[in-house]
Amino acid sequence: MSDELFGAMLQSIVDGAPDKASDLARQALATGVDPLEAVNRGFAVGIKFAGDQFGCGEMFLPDLLASAEAMKAAIKILEPEMLKRGSQRATLGKIVLGTARGDIHDIGKNLVATILSASGFQIFDLGTSVTPEQFVAKAKEVDADIVGISALLTTTMAGQKAVIEALDRNALRPRLKAIIGGAAVTSKWAAEIGADGFSRNAIDALELAKNLMRNITNQGTAPA
Amino acid sequence: MRPSIQLLGPDLIGRILSEAFELLMNPGVRVGSATVELLRSAGVDVTVAEKVADHLADHDGVAHIPEPLVRRCLASVPRDFHLYNRKGEKTVHYGGDDVHFDPGSCCVQMLDPDTMEARLSETRDLVRIVQVTEMLPQFAAQSTAVVCNDAGNDLPSAIGDLYRLFIVLQHSDKPVVTGSFSASGLEGMIDLLAADSGGLDKLRRQPRAVFDVCPSPPLNWSEFGSHNLLDLARAGVPAEIVSMPLAGGTAPVTLAGSVTQHAAEALAGITLHQLAGPGSPIVWGGAPAIFDMRTGGAPMGAVETAMLNLACAEVGKHLGLPTHAYLVATDSKFVDAQAGAESARSAMLGALAGINMISGAGMLESLACHSVEKLVMDAEWIASAQRLARGIEVHGGELPGHTLATAMFAQTGLSGEFLQLKETRALFRQEQYLPSSLIDRSARGSEPPSDVFTRARARVDQLVGKYRKPSLPEDVLQKFQAILNREAGKARAAAAASEKLSISSS
Repeated sequence: MSDELFGAMLQSIVDGAPDKASDLARQALATGVDPLEAVNRGFAVGIKFAGDQFGCGEMFLPDLLASAEAMKAAIKILEPEMLKRGSQRATLGKIVLGTARGDIHDIGKNLVATILSASGFQIFDLGTSVTPEQFVAKAKEVDADIVGISALLTTTMAGQKAVIEALDRNALRPRLKAIIGGAAVTSKWAAEIGADGFSRNAIDALELAKNLMRNITNQGTAPA
Repeated sequence: MRPSIQLLGPDLIGRILSEAFELLMNPGVRVGSATVELLRSAGVDVTVAEKVADHLADHDGVAHIPEPLVRRCLASVPRDFHLYNRKGEKTVHYGGDDVHFDPGSCCVQMLDPDTMEARLSETRDLVRIVQVTEMLPQFAAQSTAVVCNDAGNDLPSAIGDLYRLFIVLQHSDKPVVTGSFSASGLEGMIDLLAADSGGLDKLRRQPRAVFDVCPSPPLNWSEFGSHNLLDLARAGVPAEIVSMPLAGGTAPVTLAGSVTQHAAEALAGITLHQLAGPGSPIVWGGAPAIFDMRTGGAPMGAVETAMLNLACAEVGKHLGLPTHAYLVATDSKFVDAQAGAESARSAMLGALAGINMISGAGMLESLACHSVEKLVMDAEWIASAQRLARGIEVHGGELPGHTLATAMFAQTGLSGEFLQLKETRALFRQEQYLPSSLIDRSARGSEPPSDVFTRARARVDQLVGKYRKPSLPEDVLQKFQAILNREAGKARAAAAASEKLSISSS
């Protein structure tokens, strides 16, 4: 019975069907299925599958966004029960996101926020045209693991550098990692401004964030 | 007849404009604070949003612009105008079906032909692009093609836009397609052009440059864009609207829907511009693209991107306005078969559509990287496209008896000796585009054949070898330098002030 239910949950995510996903989440609660298990064995498997399908070119961005929306809908139903049981879904990490000062283009940043959030990261989205000081303040406030700075325009990419410099001035790195993204961003630019990573799309950003979190968690025991 | 292509037709254009006018009222258009008073004094309802964050301007608002006002503003736009070269000759005609090309603009990277890697672009790259463009008749205008990343060592990065124009003007006599990076950057650039032309009045009468001004999709004339529009209108220096909806990303997924959004953005821009300076020249332009559903990027080489550019220009032509589009670019990272196919295809389409200025040549990687080797290759596609657009011509006086073939056959009979005919010699240069050494049509000989990239590199060297730098009067050069120094000083002072502010606030 549960396997069937988990399979349907997976499918609701792959189909990008938020109503179906909410129904299945309610069904899980009504039949006493552990909500954390519903996420881990059902819905999250769907997101993983959608990500893989996107990676190999079988699914596209609108599909992926729909999957993320369905995931959000399911989590919303399950969350109160998880809280009650003290079995809050483990956060993969805390990420502060925003576009560089002067840049109001946020479609890429929003995609990254949606995908990362659906995959279990806690996202603090500062929106567009964010100053270095605002990035620093938010990173301190929430004790962020990663700060992501997006810039579409070649003219606002300098803003990414300014944020990284501000993070360094405040001694937030190396514990905190700074990553950048945007259409014109390259590995060379990332290296030049001392970013800890860069990605050109939301799925790569997810992989990047997961890898960085592995380094962060290992920092105590082994040199990263 | 001149061959042409239309994608929309009058009925669909009517629907597009009608919905674009609806969009201008509802949801309306975001406008920068500089425009609010101007719009209100023209009777436009502007709702000013509450300040949502410290870093946003105080008075950004949403304007609901009624159709009659837009129509009135459209009526005052010049139907055509010229750009002039340094000698004062009209070399670009914005209007009618005349077609011109210029290299793509504002890249930050350059393909290094030795390593085949993209690296940050520098002053020497801009100079090389300008030199090659100057030598190629296919390009009627220069562009401020790449950002000079090396200039930041000596100059504040805030005046990178001015510095590019400073370099281009010193190395070229051709008109320039340029643009400012900020609301405040325009003043110095106009001063530079005025110094070159011999005063602002002369610049107005015989403009040497057109300034690209970009709204942000969807329906947002931000502080920077709208500020530039007003300043250009008041200075009487030509503006070129470069609206860039991304179909499916920042605009409706349908091509027709994105063309409608483009029309609304352009109409709003024209309204702002003409309210500030009625009769100032402005171009209905754009760089629309589809939104790539795998990468989230803007594939400039996609056929749908070309279709969007053609359709947007078609709406502008319907309104009787000068037009611009972004074509002849590719998404490939190399000067390869994909680059050739995508660039040649869109050059042909743009020429057939009769778009007045077509930007984009030389650009790789969805506009992220420039290549001077690609620029010389694109010049061949452009020449072919220009040839195609001329169509099949019937020559009059040159041919005896105004016949197509019979008079020539009267001379040759069945001998087949057409090569000797004086008509052949008189007309082959008009009938055929004679490609440069970049295009390989030779028979296989004893030498191993070369590929197009190798030939492109040789062609670049050949053109740069023949290039001669224009000699500008010493006093003009001194004025250029003084303007650069003045703007650099202003930018340093502004940077120092903002640093002080951020230190005191933190």
